[in-house]
Amino acid sequence: MSQDVTSVRGTNRTRLSLHVPEPDARPGDEIDFSRIAIPAAGSAARPDVAAAPADTHPLCYTLIRVLDDEAKAVGPWNPRLDPDTLRRMLRDMMKVRALDKRMFRAQRQGKTSFYMKSTGEEAIAVAAAHALASDDMCFPTYRQSGLLVARDYPLVEMMCQIYSNRGDKLKGRQLPALYSDRDHGFFTISGNLGTQYPQAVGWAMGSAIKGDSRIVATWIGDGSTAEGDFHSAVVFAGVYRAPVILNVVNNQWAISSFAGIAGGELTTFAARAVGYGIAGLRVDGNDALAVYAATSWAADRARSNLGPTLIEMFTYRVEGHSTSDDPAAYRPQNAGDKWPLGDPIDRLSRHLIGLGEWDDARHEALEAELDAEVRAAQKEAEKLGTLVASTIDFPHDVTSLFEDVYETMPWHLREQQAQMVAELAAKRR
Amino acid sequence: MTVMNMIQAINSAHHVMMDRDDNVVALGEDVGFFGGVFRATEGLQKKFGRSRVFDTPISEGGIMGVAIGMATYGLRPIAEIQFADYIYPGFDQIVSEAARIRYRTAGEWQVPLTIRSPYGGGIFGGPTHSQSPEALFAHIAGITTIIPSNPYDAKGLLISAIEANDPVVFFEPKRIYNGPFDGFFDRPVTPWAKHEKAEVPDGHYTVPIGEAVVARPGEALTVLAYGTMVHVAIATAEAEGIDAEVVDLRTIVPVDIETIEASVKKTGRCVVVHEATRTAGFGAELSALVQERCFYHLEAPVQRATGWDTPYPHSLEWAYFPGPIRLGTAFKKALED
Repeated sequence: MSQDVTSVRGTNRTRLSLHVPEPDARPGDEIDFSRIAIPAAGSAARPDVAAAPADTHPLCYTLIRVLDDEAKAVGPWNPRLDPDTLRRMLRDMMKVRALDKRMFRAQRQGKTSFYMKSTGEEAIAVAAAHALASDDMCFPTYRQSGLLVARDYPLVEMMCQIYSNRGDKLKGRQLPALYSDRDHGFFTISGNLGTQYPQAVGWAMGSAIKGDSRIVATWIGDGSTAEGDFHSAVVFAGVYRAPVILNVVNNQWAISSFAGIAGGELTTFAARAVGYGIAGLRVDGNDALAVYAATSWAADRARSNLGPTLIEMFTYRVEGHSTSDDPAAYRPQNAGDKWPLGDPIDRLSRHLIGLGEWDDARHEALEAELDAEVRAAQKEAEKLGTLVASTIDFPHDVTSLFEDVYETMPWHLREQQAQMVAELAAKRR
Repeated sequence: MTVMNMIQAINSAHHVMMDRDDNVVALGEDVGFFGGVFRATEGLQKKFGRSRVFDTPISEGGIMGVAIGMATYGLRPIAEIQFADYIYPGFDQIVSEAARIRYRTAGEWQVPLTIRSPYGGGIFGGPTHSQSPEALFAHIAGITTIIPSNPYDAKGLLISAIEANDPVVFFEPKRIYNGPFDGFFDRPVTPWAKHEKAEVPDGHYTVPIGEAVVARPGEALTVLAYGTMVHVAIATAEAEGIDAEVVDLRTIVPVDIETIEASVKKTGRCVVVHEATRTAGFGAELSALVQERCFYHLEAPVQRATGWDTPYPHSLEWAYFPGPIRLGTAFKKALED
């Protein structure tokens, strides 16, 4: 039985209505990005690294951009990188894309259960990795595989993890692409979103408690900033002046929900910094030089005990959330192709060409080289099995299922382990 | 040896461990300058400095999240959750993160984190300062849950928890902080000073995790208890003139099955008690374990004496609390047949 819970006693009172944000365009509509304000490259001021947080707050409402429409580096944020560094960044970004392409296909071929690409967002992880020291700690989410690539983590290791095969050092326990590698300063990625944010702050606090020199960078999506963990992390980071860079990757989509569902209609994500009283920057995430410059600025600040910086990396999720969704079901087809801030790889490549340090032939040759490298790695990884093969013939000692729950296995797990072994033996008979 | 109450013993464990290991830090609401609302961290900030002992924002999710980050950095944080009732905002970080990080990284990272929290009722704490949520943590693979019942065990177990490389939830029965409350709320409370377990070594020692102890030997029936209820069970046995064997579990996961089995097989009768609500409480697990392993030794059905399946009421807390009458009834029922 339904119950009328409304009360409209006063005749002069407005009947209330609920606002549920809705994106500008849905499937079938023409995508129109003209509402997005794009300040000119080079127009954002660059405050001193030791500036008061409030002095950075105007930067929360603009966009730090270095590469202009002709892919020339302009303005005070130009990091003036040497051509070798630029080429290395380009190479890493292209490698991420090549890896994504092959692994997406591998999922479609049934070789693994799931995959997530970072198409269009490669600069955010790769340029940050180049701006950070190699031993700075990263608490990423799932679209920062570029950190591992830029830190020369072997592709075969990544693929073995994606396949959960015999070579997977995580023993086939984690979802594909939720990597972990301590030696490369890459914290284990959680499937529960946002949890890494306060952990990153805690790691940074630990580093400060011990008088260490390493700082931390962390990443969260626009959608997950709505989690309580985001709030508590930024409060703690500000309160204890933790040496941490808090990146918000605003790719404007959380599976099928646009950023408005996370509060993106109301203000920028960078502007969260204003309320917490910490430094904040808003950056063109498709501009590798701007990402590099902003990360360096925040890193210098953190290293000088001047505390955290919140950086909104403004970008666009060109593809679906994962292999499990079709973006054409909730937004216009090929919306990403029309993103006005372009493609990060194309922009950096054109920049290098403009400098006379790159050309189309070299670009194509590099693409072919990386494709071959990825294919070769894939071949190696597949020698150690794929997920499908794994389900028929377990890739890891089945008894390992009970390991690492605790440092030493308690009696109840030993009992269950024995029960499982007997169960599998009975099945084989 | 010094005579200590539970708070002093817990405080002493902090001092000992912070002296021995620079990586031990303590954090939580009001734990710094003030020394905690129950005084468990008194004197620590003065001795070890603000960077090792500090106040946190009122943010249990944040406390858990940053403590996990600190633990993965290499520290051994002791995080105080002021009341167990406040732990829920930190639940996701405990369940999805602290408990899983060793497993999901195949041991690449570990979380040596101790989560201390006063729990339980009988202090007129009302619905939000009296809860016993231990079963929620017992259900989480990867978490060790400890509940001491006296000053000696509290210090020794807390040191074991701090030294452990896994996350430990350490629930402190706050009703017995100052004396071994036996459930007779209308009688004057005896202080710890008269209890043999109040003799506590000043230095370092451990009580092993996962080992129960027989707190009162007996022949008639086995009572499985922990925390405050150990004392209530002993007092009930005395009051009813029943020769109960009271097993103090001390750690609920991993539980000491050998001690439980030995006792139940000897007595053939079993009562499980806890202050927490009854349905899906830890008593349900104990009851299942006993019937699985001791069925042919049992002379009667396993009885449960617990809190009611309601929130903890403020003014009616002594109607809620599983005191000597409820326990006595369960004991007698277990002795029928």
